[in-house]
Amino acid sequence: MAIEARHINKAFGATSVLQDVSVEVPSGSLTALLGPSGGGKSTLLRVIAGLEQPDSGTVLIAGADVTRLAPQRRNVGFVFQHYAAFKHMTVFDNIAFGLQIRKRPKNEIHKRVHELLELVHLDQFAKRYPAQLSGGQRQRMALARALAVEPEVLLLDEPFGALDAQVRKELRAWLRRLHDDVHVTTVFVTHDQEEAIEVADTIVVLAGGRVEQSGSPHEVYDNPANEFVMRFLGPVTELDGRLVRPHDIELTAEPEPGSAEATVERVVRLGFEVRVEMRLGDQDAWAQVTRGLAERLRLAPGETVHVRPGPDARTLAVV
Amino acid sequence: MAERSGVTGPSVVSKYVLRVVVLAYLLFLLVLPVVLIGWKTFQHGLGPFFDALTTHEALHAFQVTFIVALWAVALNTVFGVGTAILLVRHRFPGKRILNAVIDLPLAVSPVVVGLALILVYGRFSSFGGWLEDHGIKIIFSTPGMVLATVFVALPLVVRAVVPVLEEMGDEQEQAAQTLGAGRWQTFRRITVPGIRSALAYGIVLCLARALGEYGAVAVVSGRLVGQTQTLTLYVEERFQNFEQPAAFAAATALALIAIVSLLVIKLLQRKAD
Ligand SMILES: Nc1ncnc2c1ncn2[C@@H]1O[C@H](COP(=O)(O)OP(=O)(O)OP(=O)(O)O)[C@@H](O)[C@H]1O
Ligand SMILES: [Mg+2]
Repeated sequence: MAIEARHINKAFGATSVLQDVSVEVPSGSLTALLGPSGGGKSTLLRVIAGLEQPDSGTVLIAGADVTRLAPQRRNVGFVFQHYAAFKHMTVFDNIAFGLQIRKRPKNEIHKRVHELLELVHLDQFAKRYPAQLSGGQRQRMALARALAVEPEVLLLDEPFGALDAQVRKELRAWLRRLHDDVHVTTVFVTHDQEEAIEVADTIVVLAGGRVEQSGSPHEVYDNPANEFVMRFLGPVTELDGRLVRPHDIELTAEPEPGSAEATVERVVRLGFEVRVEMRLGDQDAWAQVTRGLAERLRLAPGETVHVRPGPDARTLAVV
Repeated sequence: MAERSGVTGPSVVSKYVLRVVVLAYLLFLLVLPVVLIGWKTFQHGLGPFFDALTTHEALHAFQVTFIVALWAVALNTVFGVGTAILLVRHRFPGKRILNAVIDLPLAVSPVVVGLALILVYGRFSSFGGWLEDHGIKIIFSTPGMVLATVFVALPLVVRAVVPVLEEMGDEQEQAAQTLGAGRWQTFRRITVPGIRSALAYGIVLCLARALGEYGAVAVVSGRLVGQTQTLTLYVEERFQNFEQPAAFAAATALALIAIVSLLVIKLLQRKAD
């Protein structure tokens, strides 16, 4: 394990922010800390980096107990949501900072910084100041700066949170490729489940200061441990007292075993997919179907359809 | 066009009235006295001016003023930056009280400051007496004058640096730490460059205040001519003794130093923006 956090407790004043949190991050993995705002993700990341002291619990990095170690001795790379660029330094000096602190020879620093500039596609910006870069460029600079010292683990706190949707998507894919190239154990915080599923190979769901579930994206999406995780990881709808993913709902024209009758209220086309809003008795539900199926069933407001969870559908009883 | 002048007419009048009032106010308060001092100083040319400033007493007063000012600026810079960091980056009981106490010197009359220092460090207080027995003289000598000047200029560096530190936030410092920088390295390489302009601004303000201080220094120095006499005390003393050329020359020198400081401040402000 590259990182092990064991039974971490942390409170700010009277508010408990982390409660008995235990997380394991395998070496070389790309792990997402996923959860709603205020769930304690940043705090956990900061505890791992040493920027925050836990009230109790242990942090191990590469097998060594670092709980009482100052951040500068933990050999972690940390990337802040708002970049934390050194404003008075050029891009080159920002990236060189950690190496200069370690008193590496000048020509070695020069070589390493230029490798990193190339890696993050900022070669032509070496002499600029952070204020002269776009948000995405600043974030890549921050990433290069953290990577420069060859950290044991890389910790990213909502690395793309301050960027617009398009840049976010690009950087996401780029981070995944970068991780495949560099292979440094990486933990990144996000509250965007799509981002976590797309980029990470392990997801830890953190909410209300507790770990709700951890596992591969596939596991947490398909076998959510509880209602919260199921709701947080993707769209859900309620069918006969059970939570179902809308794309797992089967719609038929005729009644089938286990199906219920529903009245179509609205049909919304979203590109290739169609969102069907229905009324079942006194409950609302919705299903996501292909356009082909919607046309075959001639779905229209007022029509009657029969719905049931599909054969492979994962459902969860509502408590 | 007619409509517009109809609308703006009254406001144009009030604008001119305001201008005249402000200019007259500044004229009588600021410009006239300063110009008159300058005229008095230079009415017989530059020669007498330099002669007046190069007497033994005048040169000594310059020397005392600069020694006191440099010590006061050095102490207030170190203390000011330390206090600003304490106030912005740390949480501790009594923080609000400290924050309020810092501004006290702005409210307390310098004469009161001087008297208070004499009460603590004077020969007839127990602490002052003890120091004197060990050969350390505070009152009526340079240390006391430095203390008085430090006191009156106390808030200037703190108040210049605090808002910039707040605005800067602590993420850059934390980033430096995760990159391996210790406390001192972080301070020197991240914090100081971040507050540089504000710090320079505070230092210049502090210097100007220290050079011009009169009341507190007058009380603690004992006004010993040729020993503890600063430039401001020198001006006062010469004036009382009807040596107007010397008084005006020194006063003009003080005013010139103040104007240069002001220019430096303006330059720094522009650079900071
Ligand atoms: N320094 C602090 N002092 C007091 N309370 C804090 C501090 N830092 C965080 N908290 C509180 O701890 C809780 C968790 O904060 P944290 O920043 O870890 O959440 P998060 O999961 O990162 O949320 P977000 O997605 O909004 O960044 C919040 O309720 C927050 O108000
Ligand atoms: Mg956060």
